[in-house]
Amino acid sequence: MRIKAKKDSSIVEGDLTPMIDMTFQLIAFFMLVINFSDVEQDQRVQLPESELAKPPAAPYEQPLTIHLTRNDTYIFGGKEFTRLPRLKSSLLLETQIIKRHTSKKLADVTVIIRADGDAKTGQVQEVIQACQELEFERFALRGKQSEQRTIGGS
Amino acid sequence: MKFRNTEHRETIKLQMTPMIDIVFQLLVFFVFTFKIVLPEGDFNIRMPSSTASQTSTPSETPLLRVRLRASPGGELAGVSLGDQAFTGEQPFLQLHESIRGLINDAGGPGSTDQEVEIEADYDLKYRYAMNAITAITGEIDANGEQHKLVERVRFAPLDDE
Repeated sequence: MRIKAKKDSSIVEGDLTPMIDMTFQLIAFFMLVINFSDVEQDQRVQLPESELAKPPAAPYEQPLTIHLTRNDTYIFGGKEFTRLPRLKSSLLLETQIIKRHTSKKLADVTVIIRADGDAKTGQVQEVIQACQELEFERFALRGKQSEQRTIGGS
Repeated sequence: MKFRNTEHRETIKLQMTPMIDIVFQLLVFFVFTFKIVLPEGDFNIRMPSSTASQTSTPSETPLLRVRLRASPGGELAGVSLGDQAFTGEQPFLQLHESIRGLINDAGGPGSTDQEVEIEADYDLKYRYAMNAITAITGEIDANGEQHKLVERVRFAPLDDE
């Protein structure tokens, strides 16, 4: 018996080009989609939803972000505070830095408040009041964008 | 002149394996770090401190007061606008309709003069306050366009208790 095609036993090499094409496509996609700019987002805070919450048309200039968690703690500047006076002293320090190193007025600095949906409204008010005492005037209450109407109706 | 090594001319074969290794490493990294994040938006409110706001020019239109009451657990117990209480399935929708009616009576929608003050119980969950702000500040029509209703919203000063 004779075995045919014996000399055809070279290593079979698949064509890698389409696979590399696709892989590069995927890499390009993920590189473009990945978002490192949202570092201020904190996963400890689940924002309440609102259909009217729209991203700001222009980014704020050096905003301050204060987070309020559902466990009644405050997060500011990467630190977690359990009591309001601590947060306030930290904010006071921030205002001194702003006053000393920039020409901006505190009334023009936006304070972004990211409060959890289960946080207490009174606490949000306390934070706003504390900021007002430090002469901040602009506040941005942050919410998660929603496709559905959150107040009901169609 | 004699060239050496002329018989050593062989086709250069590209080493694919290290490149594919690295490419897959990159791919895996991006796949794992990929996180779908819902976009966030803001409600911009301007709230000067209460002492400063008293000296500023008083608005001609009367201040509307929205009262949000909370049950002991922080859930919503009642919504009222002035003396008008909204009871029913969708109190915020009623609040919205009511405010829209008031604004339309006085000079068309998007009135910038009108100011609404939200007075909420301390323990009320913040999402209800957000609902109230949504109901007060505007609406989205069937085409997905946003219409402004009242832009000046503020919280009532806290009682010193």
